[in-house]
Amino acid sequence: MENWLKVCSLEEIPRLGTRQMKHGEKNIALFRTGDDQVFALLDRCPHKGGPLSQGIVCGRHVTCPLHNWNIALEDGKALAPDVGETSPYPVKIESGSVFIRL
Amino acid sequence: MQKLKLVMVGNGMAGVRTLEEVLKLAPDLYEITVFGAEPYANYNRIMLSPVLAGEQTIQDIMLNDVGWYAEHGIRLHLNKKIVKIDRQVRVVVAEDGTEAGYDRLILATGSTPFILPLPGNDLAGVIGFRDIHDVDAMVAASRQHKHAVVIGGGLLGLEAANGLKLRGMDVTVVHIAEYLLERQLDQTAARLLQKSLEDKGLKFLLQKQTEQIIGRDGRVSALRFKDGSEIPADLVVMAVGIRPNSALAESAGIHCNRGVVVNDTMQTYDPRIYAVGECVNHRGIAYGLVAPLFEMAKVCANHLAEMGIGRYVGSVTSTKLKVTGIDLFSAGNFSGGGNTEDIVLSDPMGGVYKKLVIQDNKLVGACLYGDTVDGAWYFQLLREGRDVADIRDHLMFGQSHVGDAGHQGQNKAAAMSDDMEVCGCNGVCKGDIVKAIKLNGLFTLDDVKKHTKAASSCGSCTGLVEQILASTLGGDYSPAPAAKSMCGCTDHTHEEVRAVIREQKLLSIPDVMRFMEWRTPNGCASCRPALNYYLIATWPREAQDDPQSRFINERAHANIQKDGTYSVVPRMWGGLTNAADLRRIADVADKYAVPMIRVTGGQRIDLFGIRKEDLPGVWADLDMPSGHAYGKALRTVKTCIGSEFCRFGTQNSTQMGIALEKAFYKMWAPHKVKLAVSGCPRNCAEAAIKDVGVIGVDSGWEIYVGGNGGIKTEVAEFLVKVKTAQEVLEYSGAFLQLYREEARYLDRTVHWLQRVGLDYVKKKVLEDEAGRKALYARLLFAVQGENDPWKERAVAGEARREFEVLTV
Repeated sequence: MENWLKVCSLEEIPRLGTRQMKHGEKNIALFRTGDDQVFALLDRCPHKGGPLSQGIVCGRHVTCPLHNWNIALEDGKALAPDVGETSPYPVKIESGSVFIRL
Repeated sequence: MQKLKLVMVGNGMAGVRTLEEVLKLAPDLYEITVFGAEPYANYNRIMLSPVLAGEQTIQDIMLNDVGWYAEHGIRLHLNKKIVKIDRQVRVVVAEDGTEAGYDRLILATGSTPFILPLPGNDLAGVIGFRDIHDVDAMVAASRQHKHAVVIGGGLLGLEAANGLKLRGMDVTVVHIAEYLLERQLDQTAARLLQKSLEDKGLKFLLQKQTEQIIGRDGRVSALRFKDGSEIPADLVVMAVGIRPNSALAESAGIHCNRGVVVNDTMQTYDPRIYAVGECVNHRGIAYGLVAPLFEMAKVCANHLAEMGIGRYVGSVTSTKLKVTGIDLFSAGNFSGGGNTEDIVLSDPMGGVYKKLVIQDNKLVGACLYGDTVDGAWYFQLLREGRDVADIRDHLMFGQSHVGDAGHQGQNKAAAMSDDMEVCGCNGVCKGDIVKAIKLNGLFTLDDVKKHTKAASSCGSCTGLVEQILASTLGGDYSPAPAAKSMCGCTDHTHEEVRAVIREQKLLSIPDVMRFMEWRTPNGCASCRPALNYYLIATWPREAQDDPQSRFINERAHANIQKDGTYSVVPRMWGGLTNAADLRRIADVADKYAVPMIRVTGGQRIDLFGIRKEDLPGVWADLDMPSGHAYGKALRTVKTCIGSEFCRFGTQNSTQMGIALEKAFYKMWAPHKVKLAVSGCPRNCAEAAIKDVGVIGVDSGWEIYVGGNGGIKTEVAEFLVKVKTAQEVLEYSGAFLQLYREEARYLDRTVHWLQRVGLDYVKKKVLEDEAGRKALYARLLFAVQGENDPWKERAVAGEARREFEVLTV
């Protein structure tokens, strides 16, 4: 009943790195943290729509490449003092594969 | 695990800042209780003068309201004065019997105004100037009474006098010394100050000693001096200094000596008890300005959070008077004397006086009146202890480092109106910044950058923002510390990190972070790219480049645009091209439907609007080397046509440019690097505003360094004249390698050069021949180990993955 979609293997996302993903018209950014957790956000910074998939991953946030806003990977919310949010998507890793629910 | 109990006695700025820092570092470590003797939550005490002057209200100056304490689970006891500390059972007791046990105790009891031991000092209407209560008393007195006397012509006294005058009272300032502000100004500046305050209607009695305060019906009515004269007084404000409040600590047997004595970790003689703020005596000094108190708070919090690093080693302070319309600034040893030299500019009619005190080629003191624009810069020179010999002849005229572009040519924040734009990049007006400073209690440039975004893009308005901070906060603003840490992830400076990478031969970012005890698990977007550069620059061909620690442009080898597409600039050696290259560029533009093609200022062609997934294809089809227009790297070598065609040309500048570009191509650097070669002194290639500019003359080549055509135009300085093209390569290469090895990440050559001085560079590059050759060899070794990034990615392989989009 819950539709988990297989995206890629964990190895295909670099550690502390990102990948772009497309689902229909939707652009989604995937992030892999230093401790191998994977998160997914709508690939639009709440500030000026910058592609978060092109940012730098640190700890539990990504820094947008356009104006350095920091967005939390877990919930898509901008870190203070900035305000705004982008949509998060649930992700799970099973036997080395990354799955997303849209 | 049960939380430790942290109790704080005193609820002022230093103490609450300590708690804020503790909450940032270790939010769950402590159960916190605060006792404040005043009925208010934490307010900005340094803004009491503007409140008295009627320029602000109490609401404006609240820093943390009661809600803040609740939000952080802090138990707040207002109006409760602690009268006893029982160190055996570790309990503090308030006047009304309230008790609180502690595991750690912070004393932040502040100071009290010193009240002169004169007969009559207990009469109604005799007060100090310290808290909201005093301000209320002064405002009330101004409504009913006429004559106010302020005893003490120091900063606080003058601010009180100014406020009372604005409230409509007739104000006389009584001062024991020969001139005002004798601890902040020299006599000339003080006379100028006195004159402008007299113009505002204040009266001064100097070298006067009060003998008695005379009262009528229990309230003060007059002041009598030792010389027998008398003046009427309905209100007397004592502003003759402060005394640290150490009575509580003393009564608990804690060692005090004009303040609670603390060590460099802000601990008292009882290691469970810390002390911060004005109640403290650190290395024999009690500070009364807010900047040092905040530095103490940071150190204290670091130890309370059990991080155990950070020492407070004292502060150099500067002074500014918060009286609207009067600009004065002083720092260090401004009186001079001994073996110091003075540089003085004096224009009494124009109301400007500046004095700089120099000792052993270093600035040791500054006293400015009337024009304080460069105060922050002098203060920085002073604290850095920088050798000023090379800039001595124009030191007096200031840095004029405030940019020329983006803010209507303004360089004096005070002269700007609230609706004038300060930051042209982010559209931030002066009023926005002032409001953010007041509303959010900001004290540092970094705070302002974060909250307003001003000065956070190109940085050219940094000087203006600093001025606005200084004029809004008065003397309590202190510019960013001289030895700046790399970022919030570490306390180490760029130089320290570079040295450790070299000495310990560290080869990866995780190694550096482990070795230097980074606070964050994997750094941030500002330190990671810096570390990556330091590693590959120090250990070329050994340290592994980390694409995930590069800004997207360097990861994708193209420039990201606001819509997420990229631009591509192929390399054209020395700005030269040919029909075949142009034809391929045209074909690529057709094939990928490139929406815009532009010729750049660096004599290249820029293709815009290319989708990221098309980049490898574009590179393969172009079959030209990467132009590195996206990198902190050698960008372009701009050339003029030179002797081959030009009737004025003395040297073959195009060939020289091509040789330089081919030799240094693929060179990563702390920031972008631009070169130019002109074939004669007409300098059509604009070599005077390049990082390295080469100008051909009949007898050889002149090399200029440290120019910059961007945010702030800087003219390159003459380094050397050489004879041959080979020498041009060697000298420019050695200069660039020195910059690559020693500059901070994001320094352009000019910024680094301003810090180390041209003489230093001359010593390394000109005088030391073996050193120059070694520098040049190291540069060639580094660039020859790099591959062309476009060629690598134009073919299928691991590096292509960055450009592939997953589809689901």
